[in-house]
Amino acid sequence: MQRHLISAADLTRDDAVLILDTAEEMARVADRPIKKLPTLRGRTIVNLFFEDSTRTRISFEAAEKRLSADVINFSAKGSSVSKGESLKDTAQTLEAMGVDAVVIRHGASGAPYRLANSGWIDAAVINAGDGTHQHPTQALLDAFTMRRRLVGRDAGLGQDLDGKRITIVGDILHGRVARSNVDLLHTLGAEVTLVAPPTLLPVGVETWPCEVSYDLDSTLPKSDAVMMLRVQRERMNAAFFPTEREYSRRYGLDGDRMARMPEHAIVMHPGPMVRGMEITAEVADSERCTAIEQVANGVSIRMAVLYLLLGGNEPAVSHPRNTEEK
Amino acid sequence: MDTQASDARPVLEGPDIARVLTRIAHEIVERAKGADDVVLLGIPTRGVFLAQRLAAKLEEITDRKIPVGSLDITMYRDDLRLQPPRALARTEIPGDGVDGRLVVLVDDVLFSGRTIRAALDALSDIGRPRAVQLAVLVDRGHRELPIRADYVGKNLPTSLRETVKVQLAEEDGRDTVLLGAKRTATGAQH
Amino acid sequence: MSKILIRGAKVLGGEPQDVLIDGQTIAEVGAGLSAEGAEVVEAGGKVLLPGLVDLHTHLREPGREDSETVLTGTRAAASGGYTAVFAMANTFPVADTAGVVEQVWRLGREHGYCDVQPVGAVTVGLEGRKLAELGAMHESAAGVTVFSDDGKCVDDAVIMRRALEYVKAFGGVVAQHAQEPRLTEGAQMNEGVVSAELGLGGWPAVAEESIIARDVLLAEHVGSRVHICHLSTAGSVEIVRWAKSRGIDVTAEVTPHHLLLTDELVRTYNPVYKVNPPLRTERDVLALREALADGTIDIVATDHAPHPHEDKDCEWAAAAMGMVGLETALSVVQETMVETGLLDWAGVADRMSSKPAKIGRAAGHGRPVSAGEPANLTLVDTAYRGSVDPAGFASRSRNTPYEGRELPGRVTHTWLRGKATLVDGKLT
Repeated sequence: MQRHLISAADLTRDDAVLILDTAEEMARVADRPIKKLPTLRGRTIVNLFFEDSTRTRISFEAAEKRLSADVINFSAKGSSVSKGESLKDTAQTLEAMGVDAVVIRHGASGAPYRLANSGWIDAAVINAGDGTHQHPTQALLDAFTMRRRLVGRDAGLGQDLDGKRITIVGDILHGRVARSNVDLLHTLGAEVTLVAPPTLLPVGVETWPCEVSYDLDSTLPKSDAVMMLRVQRERMNAAFFPTEREYSRRYGLDGDRMARMPEHAIVMHPGPMVRGMEITAEVADSERCTAIEQVANGVSIRMAVLYLLLGGNEPAVSHPRNTEEK
Repeated sequence: MDTQASDARPVLEGPDIARVLTRIAHEIVERAKGADDVVLLGIPTRGVFLAQRLAAKLEEITDRKIPVGSLDITMYRDDLRLQPPRALARTEIPGDGVDGRLVVLVDDVLFSGRTIRAALDALSDIGRPRAVQLAVLVDRGHRELPIRADYVGKNLPTSLRETVKVQLAEEDGRDTVLLGAKRTATGAQH
Repeated sequence: MSKILIRGAKVLGGEPQDVLIDGQTIAEVGAGLSAEGAEVVEAGGKVLLPGLVDLHTHLREPGREDSETVLTGTRAAASGGYTAVFAMANTFPVADTAGVVEQVWRLGREHGYCDVQPVGAVTVGLEGRKLAELGAMHESAAGVTVFSDDGKCVDDAVIMRRALEYVKAFGGVVAQHAQEPRLTEGAQMNEGVVSAELGLGGWPAVAEESIIARDVLLAEHVGSRVHICHLSTAGSVEIVRWAKSRGIDVTAEVTPHHLLLTDELVRTYNPVYKVNPPLRTERDVLALREALADGTIDIVATDHAPHPHEDKDCEWAAAAMGMVGLETALSVVQETMVETGLLDWAGVADRMSSKPAKIGRAAGHGRPVSAGEPANLTLVDTAYRGSVDPAGFASRSRNTPYEGRELPGRVTHTWLRGKATLVDGKLT
């Protein structure tokens, strides 16, 4: 049994539903006067961030502190890592300080997998985003947000997202959020459609468990949720699309397009939003947009993951797909 | 269930449980002088059903709405590290909260006292009751902490080799308390 | 002792024969030869091949002696049955002058484990802008005939054309590392289903194929010969096949790892599988085997690329590209080509000794096993099966993708001009 959370693809349907249900209980802690549980008292978690991501780091930190874990924040900037110390050395140094779990954010795809499977350290590894590979807690919080909005807070308990139609729009090629979401949403029974210009879709996407479209307008009326992904302006310079203006005209979500979505459908965004690029201010600020809710849900999801991986003598989440190296 | 039932001896049957809960309800009213600030919090799973039943009886007696909720103690357990994490149950605090009120914790079986210790910790993170009392259906002894119940349905002397199984209609399809030899069975074991 | 009798060896896999070595040459081949005055090596049915020739080795000296030196690299070569290796030019300093190539060549001679034929850089500093002094390197003691910027592609079409033309003057050959640089910016592995899933930058097959297509046409146009390094895709095979059918003077090599391994292994994110060109798909592997069997691909070359442990014991993106290969090449070829029935041992001798020697003009190597020829020989226990243990490597580096994998065949003896460099699996 694995003790790590590396990829959304490693989660079974039952694992994912257990995490979502647990997060639903964790969410209630936020409504209490004392937003703290003693569950991880005496456990030390390091947030090992080789890449700047203040929002993800803060979300994990809030989750860890609400569970009473001791938290060490390690940012690669200005540290020995920038002086050439390797991932292995850094991780081993931290483990020597008695760390029980490592939450890692890294620019290189597969770095968390290496950390978990190379025998460098014994601590549990939680992937907080690696390169263009995976960001499993983001996918979980997105699924959590969808389940709450589309199935119901209490009605959703024990349920998956069977038959829900989810459209993900934007830079799929460079996006770990899209990869994680496709894996998890498929596991949860949702029907996923990716919408992007062909240049921002990876070769091989045709084998993913989802539909692919180049046309946003035809997809919108058939969507229960539309997730807009950030598109970095610099992509324009590498000829992924001609201009910002053309991108937002073809793939941006504005008020007119939002009106073509079914009435119950929601707009999601993992943040940070580039207003005027993939999303207009009108849509971003509308009550159909769940961006802020997703942030709050992120803390609950991360509490659930930390509890289920670290709360007992062994993890409660099974990993049937055997990806371990020999 | 029948195989377990055959070698486990019922010590309380449906009518006994109803009678015992009625008595506890009266005791609460008496001790709490009318029970006008009582909040019942059941400890999942079966304590919640008992709390709901008690609340119904209290409402009959007092003709007043009795706030009832649930208090999950999983995250406060002292044996978390001894087994895989358990699924969480619901904590549902009635709208007016617990501050300044008399909270009666309700559980099915009182055994080591560790569950109640965890419940007291959980409760203190939620608010500051005027006082906390404990009601249990069965007290089987063998306390490991200085904890006692204020209301006891039945004192049941047991040996550590025995198990006490409480089954309630809401969860198990029938009301009964079984005393048997140690083995796995349906229903809660204590 | 100057005479050695190899008794009962299956020469090129044929019927058992005796081979008598006298001094530096093979004196006699036949049945029941006299052992008088000779040291006897009982071959006991092992296969005797001409000493293997590797057209593509990285010896790392000068500059990266922490990963390999001429001494450790040639010892690894002897262990693998090689009697000649071509040392690639991407050293520090780059082998782009007569001075550097002579130094490498001389070190090889001094150590005496394996002949070292330096490869000269095509352009100064491998920078792709200015031709290196190809003629001077050819005229040096090292007698360079093969030129390559390997590790980097000669991507400028004009520079490539000029190089192809220029080496005609002395019968040289340009060995191209076919990799279109713009199409492979940030590339980490074969572009396809697996890269999409793993989120690693894709290395499209077309980046290799487009350069090969251009270069065979350039070679045809200027009437020169061109050699394609480590061909790795089914599409590249098709282009070379087409070029040969047109009579273009092109030769091509394939590495042992591209005959065996696929990009599925990258799912482990273990950088031991990180290599340039990248591991491709099952379809490519099968096409490469077929092409090696039918002669479209001329030779097997190891692309032996030693790296220190720390350059592989890290996250994928930070890791160096390359694998060691000299000590496992013959086993991999036996596994993928012989045991599959695609090649017999005469075919192996052709692809791993005669042809590479011919392409690189390595005098005295890749010759038939017959009387009067230089005694460059290797004896292979083809019945052996065992798992690969990098701890036993003679190479200074251990970055093999085969650790723990069971492979057939084991080289037990190697002779370089009659002198044993490997006896019973042990270096002399």
